[in-house]
Amino acid sequence: MSNRSLLTVSFLILTVAAAAQAQPNSDVTIYHVRGPIYLLVGAGGNITLSVGRDGVLVVDTGTAAMSDRVLAAIAQLQKESATNGITELHYGAETRSSIRATVDTNAPPKPIRYIINTHVHPDHTGGNEKLSKAGRTLTGGNVSGEISDVGETATVIANQNVLTRMSAPPAAGQPAIPFAALPSDTFHSDMKLSHFFNGEGVHVIHLPAAHTDGDSIVYFRGSDVISAGDVFLTTSYPVIDLQRGGSINGEIDALNRILDLAIPEFRLEGGTLVIPGHGRIGDSADVAYYRDMTTIIRDRVQYMLDKNWTLEQVKAAKPTLDYDPRYGGSTAFVEAVYKSLQESRKK
Amino acid sequence: MDNWKGTACLILLGAFLTAAPAFAQVDFSGEWAPRFYEDQPERVPGPELGDYLGLPINASARMRADTWSASLLTLPEWQCRPHSADYIWRGPSNLIVTKEVDPVSRDVTALHAEWLRSVDRPIYLDGRPHPPDWAPHTWAGFSTGKWEGDMLTTTVTHLKEGYIRRNGVARSDMATLTEHWFRHGDWLTVVTVVTDPVYLTEPFVRSTDYELDLHQHVPPYPCDAVEEVERPKGTVPHILPGMNEGINEFPARHHLPPEAARGGAETMYPEYQLKLKKAGAAPAAR
Repeated sequence: MSNRSLLTVSFLILTVAAAAQAQPNSDVTIYHVRGPIYLLVGAGGNITLSVGRDGVLVVDTGTAAMSDRVLAAIAQLQKESATNGITELHYGAETRSSIRATVDTNAPPKPIRYIINTHVHPDHTGGNEKLSKAGRTLTGGNVSGEISDVGETATVIANQNVLTRMSAPPAAGQPAIPFAALPSDTFHSDMKLSHFFNGEGVHVIHLPAAHTDGDSIVYFRGSDVISAGDVFLTTSYPVIDLQRGGSINGEIDALNRILDLAIPEFRLEGGTLVIPGHGRIGDSADVAYYRDMTTIIRDRVQYMLDKNWTLEQVKAAKPTLDYDPRYGGSTAFVEAVYKSLQESRKK
Repeated sequence: MDNWKGTACLILLGAFLTAAPAFAQVDFSGEWAPRFYEDQPERVPGPELGDYLGLPINASARMRADTWSASLLTLPEWQCRPHSADYIWRGPSNLIVTKEVDPVSRDVTALHAEWLRSVDRPIYLDGRPHPPDWAPHTWAGFSTGKWEGDMLTTTVTHLKEGYIRRNGVARSDMATLTEHWFRHGDWLTVVTVVTDPVYLTEPFVRSTDYELDLHQHVPPYPCDAVEEVERPKGTVPHILPGMNEGINEFPARHHLPPEAARGGAETMYPEYQLKLKKAGAAPAAR
C-alpha cells in the first residue's frame, strides 16, 4: 500500500434517486498524505482519514450528497488496509506454515470508529449521518450498559458549540438534522483520544471564535499532520462566519496556534503538513503566508476603522487589492473583518 | 598497406561510434559558479526599494511591494526561507548539479540542482507526471525536463510563493516556470520564463550565466531561526498603503521619472523611452 499514493475513484450513478442528489461529474479522489493519513478531495470540504489496523477515523464528512462516494472511497482504503500479503508473514516454518499466507483470504475491513467535525458547516458535516451509520463504536466495559444503541454507529466528536448549533430548532421549512448526524461526544477546550489510533496519538484542539465558535483542528502526532478545517484555506480569503460566532482576531489566533504546533522539516518546508478545509495540502510556510495576509488586511481595516471610516469607504479604498488576484472576491471578507473589529471595539 | 590502414581506421571509427551512448545528451553535472554578468546591482548588494523597472507587474503586485517591510524577514517563520527555483539562479550562490542514473538501464532519470542557499531540486527526466493540484508546494517546485537537441527544457509547477525581485515584488504560488538550459564548453546559460496569473501581465524572462569551477565544493548552509526582535505575538511587519516614503528614493537618486520606476510590461520595451520623451517626463525630485 505504501507504493500507492494516488487513486481516483469514480462511481457511476446507481439509482435515479441518487442521481437526484449526487453531482454527476464530480469525483472523490484519494491522496496519500503520510503514514495512515489520507486526503479525500471532491466531496465538499476536504476530508482527512486515518486508515489502519484500528479502523478508520474521519475528520469531516463532506456534503450529504457525496456520502455514497465517500463511503466507497473509504471502503477501497479499508480493503487495502486489510490485505494480508505474503510480505507481511512474520513467523517461521516451525511455528506456522507459510502456506497459510497463500490461501488466506483478506480480513474483513475495520470499521469507521470515529468521526471528528472541525466545525458545523454542512460541507463538513453533511455526511455525518451516512458515515456514522456505516461505522461502529466498540462497546464493552464502561462504553455500553444501558446505552444499547451506542455501538450501532461511529462516535461523532466535536466541540460543544457544534452540537448546540446542529441540534437547534431548524429554520422555517428546513428539516431537523437527524440524530445520527449529531456529535455524540463533545468537549469544550481540547480533547485527546484516550489511546493511540493506527499507531499515533490524536489531539483535537478547539480554536475559539475563529471561522466559527466551534472550530477544532485535529493533530495526528505521529504522522505530524494537522487537519485544520476552514481556519486555513488555500482557495479563498478566510471565511469569518459572524453569525456563528466567528471573528477576525480569533481567526488570526487560530493560524498562529497552528504555527506554534508546526515544525518544518528543512528550510521552512515540509515537516508538519497542514490539510486545509478547502484546497491543497500546505505546511508551516503556507500557513505563515496566509497568517501574514490575514493580519495585514486586519491591520489595514483597523487603521481605517480607527479613522472612523464607514464600511463603504473601506471597501472603496480596496484594502485587499494586492491579494485579490490570488484569493478572489473580497467583499464578504472585508465586510466581516470590519464588522468583527467593530464588535471588538464595543467590548 | 594503404588499404590495410584505411580498413583499420574504419574499424576503429566503427568501434568508437558503436561504443558511444545511443542518446547522449549534454552533461550538466558538476560544480558551477555564478558570474554576475547580468543585473549585478540587483543581485549584489541587492535591489533598492521601489525599483520595479522592467518588471511586467500588475497593480496588485505593485501594492504588495509598496506595503512590504523588510522587517518581515525577522519573523522566525521567514528567517530560514530559501530562494525559490525561479529566483535562486540570480542568488549569490554556487551551484552543484548531479545526475541520477538508473542502475539497470543507465538512463539519466533525473538531474539534481542544489545551490548554497537552497534546497535539493530534482528535475525528473523519466517522463513522470506532475502531481495533482492538491499536492503540497515547495520552494523548488516540481520539475520535469525534456531534451530539445542539446537544450534541456524544464517545466516547474507546485512552487511556493516567492519573489521576482528581492524588494517585496511577489511571485504567487500559482506561477509556473519554464527553463532552457544550454552548455557552451565551460559555460552554463539558463533562460527562465516565469508565468504568473496573479501578479504578472506578461511572462518574465531572464538569462543567467554560470562557469564550471573545478575547485569549488558547495558547503553546508545551516540556519537556525531565533527571536531577532522582541515584539507582541502575532505582529506581522508591513507598511500601510500610501505610507511608504522609501519608494520615492530610488527614482530620485537615479534621476528617473517616477512612473518609470513603477514597472509594468510597457516599461520593458525600448518604445517606452520614446513615450517618456514625448510626454516630457521629468526626473523625480531629489
